[in-house]
Amino acid sequence: MRTLYDRNQADVSEAKSGRTDLIFLIRFRHCCLLRNQRCILAYLYDRLLRIRALRWEYGSVLPNTIQFHMSAEEVEWFSRYKKSLATYMRSVGGEEGLDLTQDIKPPKSLYIEVRCLRDYGEFEIDDGTTILLKKNSQHFLPRWKCEQLIRQGVLEHILS
Amino acid sequence: GLPRLAFALGRADNFWFFSFMQGSKLEVPLWLAKGLHDSKRRIISVELPKIYKEAWRTVFSADANVVDLHKMGPYYYGFGSQLLNFDNPENPEIAQTILQTFISRFRRIMDSSQNAYNEDTSALVARLDELERALFRAGQKGLNDFQCWEKGQASQITASSLVQNYGKRKFTDVDC
Repeated sequence: MRTLYDRNQADVSEAKSGRTDLIFLIRFRHCCLLRNQRCILAYLYDRLLRIRALRWEYGSVLPNTIQFHMSAEEVEWFSRYKKSLATYMRSVGGEEGLDLTQDIKPPKSLYIEVRCLRDYGEFEIDDGTTILLKKNSQHFLPRWKCEQLIRQGVLEHILS
Repeated sequence: GLPRLAFALGRADNFWFFSFMQGSKLEVPLWLAKGLHDSKRRIISVELPKIYKEAWRTVFSADANVVDLHKMGPYYYGFGSQLLNFDNPENPEIAQTILQTFISRFRRIMDSSQNAYNEDTSALVARLDELERALFRAGQKGLNDFQCWEKGQASQITASSLVQNYGKRKFTDVDC
């Protein structure tokens, strides 16, 4: 893009001093520059939309495999988006705020049946007891504790 | 003549040569034609692709449902709308044909998308342009979501599709 731009700058000054046959060429290079810019912006914007979706679908801490492929600006953007969302969620729903990323689908019961899809390790629930999440083990757990793990692909929600 | 344009379009490994005498014909991408087009100065004039010309327009008005728009397009509507940018004298007829084609085909697309057990679906979809396919998919999704709700599965929490995809792909270095 820089090459196109520099060549155009050179030709613009020549065109100004009389060579009007260059106008077409200048216009052509300009079209190419605009096209490249548009493609780049479309790509970057699509990435941003996916990163934003990750906050809602996955959680506030991104897996390393994904962070590894994000640019520094994207990481910074994600962090600011998280803060913005957290501030908003604190401001609605009274004293404690409201976690909008929970109960995305209307819940039907307080407890749900889940199956573990891979070895995860120990998991503590509200009354202090810990559960061992081993691959293929099944558990009956509070919905609000499992939701994030299901979305992350660790657990599977089983309907009876 | 435009001496330097030939070099601007050429590449080191694959040199394209064009002679830019007035009246020469060239195939360019739509975005370039739009950028070069100027109503006042007439730098370029655009020739209509055959599917938007009168002969084909007559076929469309006879029975738009039989046309394979995927083969003809696959962006018949989108591209046709963009063609209207070039001040062609046939624009009103082109616009009218595109609109009427959509209207006559839409009913069948909508009906099939709502019918889950229609075996003809893949044959129909194969002949749809991309806009029509998107509409068809939207209709199918609506139907599937409704059936899912009917079965009581709407409250089932599912894994994030983004995560599932990232798990499967292997990230290899791309040689740019």
